[in-house]
Amino acid sequence: MAEFLQLLFSGLTVGAVYALVALGFTLIYNASDVINFAQGDFVMIGGMGTVFLAAAGLSLPLAAFIAILAAVAVGLLLHRLAIEPARGASPVALIMITIGASIFIKGVAQVVFDKQFHSLPAFTGSDPIALGGATILPQSLWVVGGAIVLFVALYLFLERTLLGKAVLATAANRLAARLVGINVKVILALAFGVSAAIGAIAGVLVTPITLTRYDIGTLFALKGFAAAMVGGMGHPLGAVVGGVLIGLMEAFGAGYISSTYKDGVAFLAILLVLFFMPRGLFGGGSVERV
Amino acid sequence: MTKSAFGRQSLRASALQALAVTTLLSLPALAADPIKIGAVLSASGPAAFLGDPEAKTLKIYVEELNKKGGVLGRQIELVLYDDGGDANKARTFATRLIEDDKVVAMVGGSTTGTTMAMIPVFEDAKVPFVSVAGAIEIIEPVRSFVFKTPHTDKTACEKIFEDMKARSLTKIGMISGTDGFGKSMRAQCLRVVKDYGIAIVADESYGATDSDMTPQLNKIKNTAGLQAVVNPGFGQGPAIVTRNYGQLSIGLPLYQSHGVASKSFIDLAGPAAEGIRLPAPALLVADKLADTDKQKTVVTAYKTSYEKAVGQPVSTFGGYAFDGIQLVVEAIQKAKGAEPQKIRDALEATKGYVGVTGIYTMSATDHLGLGTESFRMLEVRNGGWVEVGAR
Repeated sequence: MAEFLQLLFSGLTVGAVYALVALGFTLIYNASDVINFAQGDFVMIGGMGTVFLAAAGLSLPLAAFIAILAAVAVGLLLHRLAIEPARGASPVALIMITIGASIFIKGVAQVVFDKQFHSLPAFTGSDPIALGGATILPQSLWVVGGAIVLFVALYLFLERTLLGKAVLATAANRLAARLVGINVKVILALAFGVSAAIGAIAGVLVTPITLTRYDIGTLFALKGFAAAMVGGMGHPLGAVVGGVLIGLMEAFGAGYISSTYKDGVAFLAILLVLFFMPRGLFGGGSVERV
Repeated sequence: MTKSAFGRQSLRASALQALAVTTLLSLPALAADPIKIGAVLSASGPAAFLGDPEAKTLKIYVEELNKKGGVLGRQIELVLYDDGGDANKARTFATRLIEDDKVVAMVGGSTTGTTMAMIPVFEDAKVPFVSVAGAIEIIEPVRSFVFKTPHTDKTACEKIFEDMKARSLTKIGMISGTDGFGKSMRAQCLRVVKDYGIAIVADESYGATDSDMTPQLNKIKNTAGLQAVVNPGFGQGPAIVTRNYGQLSIGLPLYQSHGVASKSFIDLAGPAAEGIRLPAPALLVADKLADTDKQKTVVTAYKTSYEKAVGQPVSTFGGYAFDGIQLVVEAIQKAKGAEPQKIRDALEATKGYVGVTGIYTMSATDHLGLGTESFRMLEVRNGGWVEVGAR
């Protein structure tokens, strides 16, 4: 039982991170049909930015806030300078552009920050909490709690605000949205900005556990993408479920089967989902837009 | 008119120049030709954390040596190339060192990859090559012109197992990174573990970029009869393993490898690093060495001059380059000449040379010359290193 709980805690923590990255993927995909592979780099900017601002003497909350703002700025620039000028291009070309942007961001981060690993102090102490024979770090609770809060906030934003409805409308049909007076360009920029903020917040939350470096984004992007695919690309709840599912599968796979195949588990899950439920767990049936 | 006057003038000028140049060139040549020593290092690129301190060390050392009058009354000329971590480039530069620069010896090869690519060039040309890269393949099997200065992972395993034996820890768990370093060290540890009567009862691995190792550690924790854990790894993995190890409060001795022997590891791993042991060169505890310690003088001298010139803390990697060039210079002195063959013979005859990394005694069958005694067993106490155990 203790072992099961331990693996569960581990899987939930890691899964919450994947879920947050997957949420970022989902939001941008919804608004613009682009799969933004620079999503993981927002996580890196959030973490690295906070580390360096805190090292410069700022308090942790202020450093985190500025780092998140910086990530949002990068997100907006990414949209304005790379995605917007190519708006007529095919989704594949746009995905290529985001991969290029990701490489570019990593390159700049090497110069602006450095190539070393960094860490942040845990928000509320690092003494593990014992629970039924297993232990969990207080920071893990922050990560899981943060993921839940962000998900609920995003849900309320999309379902309960006019601006959120505008994002959904743009996602559903860009031309119709424009016809009813929605400024599509602003909505797309908004999607990139909010995604960047979600990624950066995730980065601040996980850095005390996972450490951070200029190239940490690649890993998060891959796992987050897998989570979004498993859950059904474009579905916020699917992103969260997919993220947690992959986190749990990795933990239980490494704990009960063999750690050699840990990374394989996530990708096996994608394959199975693509074979049997091509639109993901929450993707629903295929709907042809006429 | 003006044109021809100008032409004549420039002709005269260049004749004068030529004369000046030849005089200038021939003057030191009359004294003695400089001895050319080559170096191909990865001073930039992904392995820059190795190559950069190595390149700086060589430059500082050669400059100091030349100020003191050089070797055998001749100056040393360092021919340094940066391969950027690329084995192809390294090989091209190696060829250039041999064919164009005509060096008498070479110190370099920051990574095992670049070293292995350059070995054939130096073997063919019969020019001694002192590598500063880690893997044991460089000197096993022994190649007549290839030497190396850094410890191997095999020595590190042996050092760890010696310490375990002394503490009568006989059933151990192993959690290794799946990167090159972790894999190679795991293999070496498995090879020598039986010699110490130690059994590996749990053998887990983790990806180099993984951010949570609690599942693997939990499995190790629940293995019956476990007495200690070793973590062969490099980069941030061992820091996370250490943190998770603390989180699970496993409470058994944890051994890390020499791959993380730096202050930044303690910073990253945080309070969980307390009590961890790892084998490391004396350089890491330079200021804490006993005055009677044979390496004390060499280590502190290197540390002071490097930190003064560069303004950054020394790393063990720079130390490898320091020992490499020192060995070559010593060999030239002993051989009383700078012919490649003579240098090679003198290198092989190195006995009891006290370096930064350890005390080298080479032989026809051992082109490294370091035993487990070159490693110090260190323990993290109060966020710093303390030397422990019998040597």
